[in-house]
Amino acid sequence: MNYDRILIRYGEISTKGRNRHKFVEKLKKSIQLALSDFPNAKVQGQRERMYIVLNGDNGEEIIERIRGIFGIQSFSPAVKTSKDLEEMKNAALTLFREVYTEGKSFKITAKRADKTYELDTNELNQEFGAHLLKNIPNLRVDVKNPDIDLRVEVRSEATYLSCENIQGAGGLPIGSSGKAMLMLSGGIDSPVAGYLSMKRGLEVEAVHFFSPPFTSERSKQKVIELAEKLAKANGGYFTLHIVPFTATQQAIQKQIPENYTMTTTRRMMLKITDHLRAKHEGLAIVTGESLGQVASQTLESMYAINDVTSTPILRPLVMMDKTDIIKIAKEIDTHDISIQPYEDCCTVFVPASPKTKPKKEKVEYYESFFDFEPLIQAAVQNTETIRISPRQEAEIEELF
Amino acid sequence: MIYFDNSATTKPYKEVVDSFIKVTTEYFGNPSSLHRLGGEAEKLLNIARKQVAELLEVKPSELIFTSGGTESNNLAVKGAALMHRNRGNHIVTTAIEHASIQETFHQLEELGFRVTYLPVDKEGRVQVKDVEQALSEDTILVSVMHVNNEVGTIQPIEKIGHLLKNYPKILFHVDNIQGIGKVPLNLQACSIDLCSFSAHKFHGLKGTGLLYVRDGVKISPLLTGGNQERKHRSGTENVAGIVALAKALRLTLENEKKLLTHLQQVKKTIIQGISELEEVIIHTPAQGSAPHIINFSLKGFKAEVFVHALGEKDIFVSTTSACSSKKQSASSTLMAMGVNEEVAKSAVRISLSYENTTEEALVVVKAIKETVNQLKEVMN
Repeated sequence: MNYDRILIRYGEISTKGRNRHKFVEKLKKSIQLALSDFPNAKVQGQRERMYIVLNGDNGEEIIERIRGIFGIQSFSPAVKTSKDLEEMKNAALTLFREVYTEGKSFKITAKRADKTYELDTNELNQEFGAHLLKNIPNLRVDVKNPDIDLRVEVRSEATYLSCENIQGAGGLPIGSSGKAMLMLSGGIDSPVAGYLSMKRGLEVEAVHFFSPPFTSERSKQKVIELAEKLAKANGGYFTLHIVPFTATQQAIQKQIPENYTMTTTRRMMLKITDHLRAKHEGLAIVTGESLGQVASQTLESMYAINDVTSTPILRPLVMMDKTDIIKIAKEIDTHDISIQPYEDCCTVFVPASPKTKPKKEKVEYYESFFDFEPLIQAAVQNTETIRISPRQEAEIEELF
Repeated sequence: MIYFDNSATTKPYKEVVDSFIKVTTEYFGNPSSLHRLGGEAEKLLNIARKQVAELLEVKPSELIFTSGGTESNNLAVKGAALMHRNRGNHIVTTAIEHASIQETFHQLEELGFRVTYLPVDKEGRVQVKDVEQALSEDTILVSVMHVNNEVGTIQPIEKIGHLLKNYPKILFHVDNIQGIGKVPLNLQACSIDLCSFSAHKFHGLKGTGLLYVRDGVKISPLLTGGNQERKHRSGTENVAGIVALAKALRLTLENEKKLLTHLQQVKKTIIQGISELEEVIIHTPAQGSAPHIINFSLKGFKAEVFVHALGEKDIFVSTTSACSSKKQSASSTLMAMGVNEEVAKSAVRISLSYENTTEEALVVVKAIKETVNQLKEVMN
């Protein structure tokens, strides 16, 4: 289709009042980030809607890029024409023919933002409707449930035509809800939790616990690949913190009775993540926990583990069934990466029978014989930060 | 230099060679290794598989990377025949297949399989009714090429596929080595179970090929060992070659979309030009042939002499298929089409790629005419 701009409609943003411009600004930034390698396309954000003016850049590619951006309810490729009635009608007919196939019904939705225009909305509807009916045989009008809704918007500077409505990713623009740290293990659940948090407008940085040589380079790489998938929702950018966890994990094995090692491990992970959260100015921690799924995710475990911090812990999957989580993982393309069989921080050193109902007092008692704090500090200090950017992806892409 | 022997092999695209060099130097790990280098190589392998699957509109799990067209054909035919021998002992192919199919069927014949070689009409096309008549209770495999490598005739793959749908016991293999990127073929719509490809025929590198094996179809492996390629083809994966294959396929299919009419135009220019010579007999059918192959005889001339004479002018064409051109015998495809042996011996093949131009075609037509006149003088 020969369009020159893309018109973007807001979802939940449009329920916002005086702070709406902040959301619009975030969305504009998200889109600009995603389109940073398109030299000419310009994003124009307004209170009611946003336009991407293509300026000759490839519209199909841009559409693919913005499909996954959170905060967009729907969007339409559109054509700008002059306000000369004949020219408008012909442009409308050309546009319509590109999407029309035999048997489809249509309606015209005219809008006259420019009230000085000589025809009013009804007259515009009639003019355009008649023009299409005259030129396309057997065309059917259906104002209630049309297959094609040709929108004509007469504004003071020009007229815009569009007739395709593409569903956006919904949600809120990334960053509009603040920042949180995602505990990313490499399993199926945590990437899904990250995705859903981003969809609700959170800016997410991931934390991964790496225990070489007990967990392999391959498991680290797996997490990087997962991060790359999550980056897709954020214009290709994503930050991943890799925490060296071997020393802490060895200390736990030595100090804590076997059936409580899992509980302490989770508590230490949470403490370290909380430190990183403070360091990187986040306000919450996101996990992929789902109630009752494994020993560390029983209510008793959550209670004993959560006790180490008062930072809000967001658990987007807490009430979801595994099958539903898997469904989302497949949709966002992380499932096949997650199921690669490498040992990760959650599977290595798992005791034969971890406590499913740990007692907070007991775990505190066991931990009291050893000072974990220096190990925690060292882990935070030596955390490696990997910044995923579209450039690395582009290098791989170039090979193909 | 004018290279008109693209059915023998194509010149690799520069971008393809660049990818190969980068991967083979920087991502040299074994995809099965546990360390990071292995992981990186495996990642590239996965991306390549996914890309090829998308381009061919199949599932990534349906692709087996091989060492080339010959291996793909061998794996498809022997793999299917050996796996399903308990179902039946009869296998069917045509009289005009590439040597890697023909010889494979001969070998299976020696192992005790009953083989039917289907005849073709004078355009080199197999008849669907002949396929139907050949089938029996005992038939387990039918193998038909999509585009003949010597004359370019397109075989009725879709119709044969439809026919074979009524015989769920029979597997359908298609050798699409010459067809890919030139003549569209939808693997699903044609009910194809096995399909062979070779990268160096579409500007990839020699030593890489592909076999499509439809989900649910079982074949026995030829190479056993480390169980790579889902146990179908053991041996460390040629990651660099496979990445290059994926890129070459993408570029070729993009060119097919953009340049198919151009290619047809170049072919038309050559046919029109050489038809003016009274010595020329064109074997490639006017209808239902691939856009890149022209096979013709120069009555009274030895094909070999003619190929060398053009070679001196830096124009590269070939006698029959590259694999049999050194055998000195007449093309078996032409013989099967009922062409007289003398005429068949003077057959020359021109095969084009999307990189060839109409200007080149005109130069070649002129050179052919000159060569014919020169040779005529010598011979008279």
